[in-house]
Amino acid sequence: MAILEVNNLGISFGGLRAVDNLNLTIEKNQLYGLIGPNGAGKTTAFNLLTGVYKPDNGSVVLDGVNITGKSPIEINKGGIARTFQNIRLFKEMSVLDNVKVGLHNQQKYDMFTGILRLPSYYKKEKAMNAKAMELLEVLGLADEANTLSSNLPYGKQRRLEIARALATNPKLLLLDEPAAGMNPNETQELMDMIRFVRDNFDMTILLIEHDMKLVAGICEELTVLNFGQVLTSGKTSEVLNDPKVITAYLGQ
Amino acid sequence: MSKTNTAGNSLAGKFKNMNKASKNNMLTLSLVILFFVIFKIITTVGSSESLIGIFPMICYYIILAVSLNLVVGFLGELSLGHAAFMCVGAFSSGMFSKIFADTISNDWLRFLLAVVVGTLVGGIVGILVGSLVLRLRGDYLAVVTLAFGEVIRSLLNNLYIVFNDGKLKVSFIENTVTEGVSVENVIIKGATGMTKLVSVYKDFHRNNTFIILGMILVVVTLLIVFNFINSRSGRAVMAIRDNRIAAEASGINITKYRLMIYGLSSALAGMAGVLYIHFLGMAEPVSFDYNFSIEILVIVVLGGIGSIRGSIIAAAILTWLPTSSLFMNFDKYRMLIYSIVLIVMMLFTWNPKCKEILKKLSVKNLILKIFKKKKETVEETVEVESKTAETVVETADKEVQ
Repeated sequence: MAILEVNNLGISFGGLRAVDNLNLTIEKNQLYGLIGPNGAGKTTAFNLLTGVYKPDNGSVVLDGVNITGKSPIEINKGGIARTFQNIRLFKEMSVLDNVKVGLHNQQKYDMFTGILRLPSYYKKEKAMNAKAMELLEVLGLADEANTLSSNLPYGKQRRLEIARALATNPKLLLLDEPAAGMNPNETQELMDMIRFVRDNFDMTILLIEHDMKLVAGICEELTVLNFGQVLTSGKTSEVLNDPKVITAYLGQ
Repeated sequence: MSKTNTAGNSLAGKFKNMNKASKNNMLTLSLVILFFVIFKIITTVGSSESLIGIFPMICYYIILAVSLNLVVGFLGELSLGHAAFMCVGAFSSGMFSKIFADTISNDWLRFLLAVVVGTLVGGIVGILVGSLVLRLRGDYLAVVTLAFGEVIRSLLNNLYIVFNDGKLKVSFIENTVTEGVSVENVIIKGATGMTKLVSVYKDFHRNNTFIILGMILVVVTLLIVFNFINSRSGRAVMAIRDNRIAAEASGINITKYRLMIYGLSSALAGMAGVLYIHFLGMAEPVSFDYNFSIEILVIVVLGGIGSIRGSIIAAAILTWLPTSSLFMNFDKYRMLIYSIVLIVMMLFTWNPKCKEILKKLSVKNLILKIFKKKKETVEETVEVESKTAETVVETADKEVQ
């Protein structure tokens, strides 16, 4: 069964039809790519999936549950986590604390337990620390656990965003241009890491990317957006050789 | 703090394993306690009436500044109605103390319950106001909290409460309840506020117990604040401050945590009010006007937004300065000087060059320099290297932006 089914999704901003008639079907454990030229509506599509925008029409079904029009919080609890195109870390907090914020709904205790330092506080914090360190280990950030997140180099900030998203225990991970601003070496590392995450966390990943090397390297299927509409979708190699796609990117 | 329950085998080892933030908090707490002990020794050995007189004042200013810092520094919102929450905390606890003056004969128990009442009422009013105003943000929120602060103060300015023959009568029109009632039984009398609370706690005033009470309340406040910040809820609040959208995407209920910290902040302000009214033995609603709120904000800004230790130090200094003989006539121009200092601070701390100078002048760096001078040049080269590394990171950051 498909983990994410998007039917006929659309939104307009005034007279602009930013996303129109978007259909996506993503199978479990798939690495799926969403590509398209600038302004094609890729990030808007992400914002629709994560509840930042409410769609004008269409539906989003995650693992059999209809999540159309729900708030970002409910959608996150429902199992979609994301990273952002322009990095959105909690800058004044340490790397470890950033991940622990991601664990917010995994290990719960109330305010008074925290203030009074009841036994369950220590238990839950211990579990949180262990889980957070495990995630940081996977993403190669364990040594920087206590640094301020804004002091991390750029590539590591991107990885921290992935760690934080994974901490919310999602079924589907949305990555918005994870390789933006990375050099070829970092991109290669990132590709390995994305594959590792998919295999070891039993994750389904949908990513937006402009770096065609990364897309061709790891995505199994692609959907191409252009001016808010689906241009084509299918197996990566077929899509990338489609003359329509090449025209959309390079012009005639 | 966390140490009390886990103390035992190796405190030193535990301290080493703690993260930087909790180390910092422990340090602040121990500094405060050390300060209290020194103060207590000074006041018992020598007789300095003026110091004893201002100590509880310093305490409630510290509580106010620390609690306002929760909203300003940790939620990142401006609140200009802080004095109003102190006001309701003060009057509700004062009322409690007066009503139960005979029923509860133990001063300590009555004061403890009064603290609970004042804190709870402050917190409840804070949550009520918060649920109305917290849908706003930034400047809008600041203006509305200012207005709500004044509304609460004006309401209390016209409130008359009489406790006679075991019956509580409340009115907003003077003569309906106060007519024919002896002065003793009028608990809150409009603009005159509450008076004669001293008679309820005669022993406390005679023995200067308020020094100890103030100290206990400050330590309790610090424990609550530090424990809150280093908990799941505290992290959620800071996450909202740093990036609202990312916090939401991480499944954090923004409204809930904004309200939570606003409630906590006003509850602590209520606690400060309890100390205020019981120490002075009286209170007028007019003293809790917006000037008072801004005074607290000045303390927070001067101490450093988001810095608890800074708030404590600024509160102590700014409370002590106007009363010291050095600045006898300072009191008149206090607000004027505060505002000038505030503007200068704002300009100074925002300017990158001034920031650099401030960094060089900081106590930490001065101590480091003294140590470094003693050592050889090896250290210096390391410093240069780390500096170049820093600049590399900085330029990388700029590129990213």
